[in-house]
Amino acid sequence: MGMTVSQKILAAHAGRDQVEAGELINCKLDVVLGNDITAPPAISEFKRLGLPRVFNKDRVVLVPDHFTPNKDIKAAEQAKILRDFAREYDINNYFEVGQMGIEHCLLPEQGLVLPGDLIIGADSHTCTYGALGAFATGVGSTDMAAGMATGEGWFKVPETIKFVYYGALPRWVSGKDLILHTIGDVGVDGARYMSMEFTGEAISALSMDGRFTMANMAIEAGGKNGIFEVDDKTIEYVQGRAKRPYRIFTSGPDATYAQIREYDVSKLEPVVAFPHLPENTKPVSEAADVSIDQVVIGSCTNGRMEDLQAAAGLLKGRKVHPELRVIIFPGTRQIYLDALRQGLIEIFVEAGAVVSTPTCGPCLGGHMGILAKGERALATTNRNFVGRMGHPESEVYLSSPAVAAASAIKGRITAPWEIK
Amino acid sequence: MKLKGKVHKFGKDIDTDAIIPARYLNTFDPQELARHCMEDADPEFPNKVQAGDIIVADKNFGCGSSREHAPIAIQGAQVACVIAKSFARIFYRNAINTGLPILECAAAVDAIETGDEVEVDLSNGTITNLRTGQMYQAAPFPDFMQGIMAQGGLMNYLKEKLSYQGN
Ligand code: SF4
Repeated sequence: MGMTVSQKILAAHAGRDQVEAGELINCKLDVVLGNDITAPPAISEFKRLGLPRVFNKDRVVLVPDHFTPNKDIKAAEQAKILRDFAREYDINNYFEVGQMGIEHCLLPEQGLVLPGDLIIGADSHTCTYGALGAFATGVGSTDMAAGMATGEGWFKVPETIKFVYYGALPRWVSGKDLILHTIGDVGVDGARYMSMEFTGEAISALSMDGRFTMANMAIEAGGKNGIFEVDDKTIEYVQGRAKRPYRIFTSGPDATYAQIREYDVSKLEPVVAFPHLPENTKPVSEAADVSIDQVVIGSCTNGRMEDLQAAAGLLKGRKVHPELRVIIFPGTRQIYLDALRQGLIEIFVEAGAVVSTPTCGPCLGGHMGILAKGERALATTNRNFVGRMGHPESEVYLSSPAVAAASAIKGRITAPWEIK
Repeated sequence: MKLKGKVHKFGKDIDTDAIIPARYLNTFDPQELARHCMEDADPEFPNKVQAGDIIVADKNFGCGSSREHAPIAIQGAQVACVIAKSFARIFYRNAINTGLPILECAAAVDAIETGDEVEVDLSNGTITNLRTGQMYQAAPFPDFMQGIMAQGGLMNYLKEKLSYQGN
């Protein structure tokens, strides 16, 4: 039986020619990732094993990005556990505040994750790296501990759903809109335990930043991973970043799919997800007149250069609505620097937005922009669960950076074409 | 192994932010996490829950983040097991890896109500509603996972394996 790209990567890492969906296999890992929330329990579990070293000190990546710069004393203690561990075990890829970025923007940018890799991360949005043609999936802290110890992990070989996008993307429709539309279609558990393979002419036309955004939200449909074909854009992105060889895998022509779903993107408009699930989607024109208190632009979903450019394009020379706060947090230090050099930061500050250092911050209700009871935010992040950005009775709507920026100007959810 | 406990029933798509909100993730102490367990789904849960109680939920329990703090909070609250129509994949993994018993059984979830007393036999996956006397059969776990759970989680399993290999 033919294998999909996800199955091929798993088979190669299990030292097998063939694997079948549903099989439990043991695989060699290329990269093991953890952050300041998930790594501390993993480190304490790892230490129980009493091993003198991690499986490979170049392939364990520790990023204190969630509650940093330390938001309180407990958060500081957790960040210190990472720092101390990185020093004690000589972990090369530990990123201190100042070098640090949001993990899922940072690892691809630094060339730490590459096509054909098998990556586990103790963070559910580890699936982001599928944009590079890698098999990347989120796990818990115990899996991370076992991965650091052995360089191996257990996997159930997933079935694959193929998502085909054809037609030309209309202006203002981005990767975020494609993935929100898809989640709205299949639901938050529509791809549970499965690989999501994204393909079609609209995907080929999509930038790498747009692909990262889509892969990032595979978990929001319950997916085990999201994956893209490696093409010229991927190679161009990886060139100059990769410091080790990589392999390109492609789905066989006879690969078996659990489902194939097709979308004509030429008829889409920007999408907004209403509280409290990412599947509650509506076209932006049906979301008009929802008033908002805060706009958040950034995160591992939409904190990349193209996202900031889209927001700046609308905010340039305009002002943030006086009854709302806008918080912008670039994904990494490099993105921050690029935005600074291109004049985007100035545009944001002039408009009346706040620009934060890279951090997860408000995305998970950590710090840097928490909502009060009854407040409503429009965010370019990936989750709008109850209490995600603050008080359990606050609300989060999800959208693309263009919709978020247009809404920031009007003070209510607004389609970008309304800004004239 | 047999468990007996009182049921707290929840709806579908209970996410990990509802099981343990991110604002409490600056610690991984089970007792501290337990004080906020399920708080955003039912603010009274941390006060109501008794040792040995059972959580019953509809589909896709534990969706969202990878935080192992979710099964840890549930274990900290001394919940004996979770029965759901289905589990989100990372939660499923984490529950097995940390030794929290979980069972998938749609028929049982439909029939069981909050306050029912339920008996669960983990060795064969049977669930009995002591109010009605009805018995249900959960899907069995693959041998490999049963092995991990029998050791009380992945790290114990690994420790055993590593010592066997002479590491
Ligand atoms: S930005 Fe948000 S979704 Fe992304 S890793 Fe941070 S908390 Fe998670």
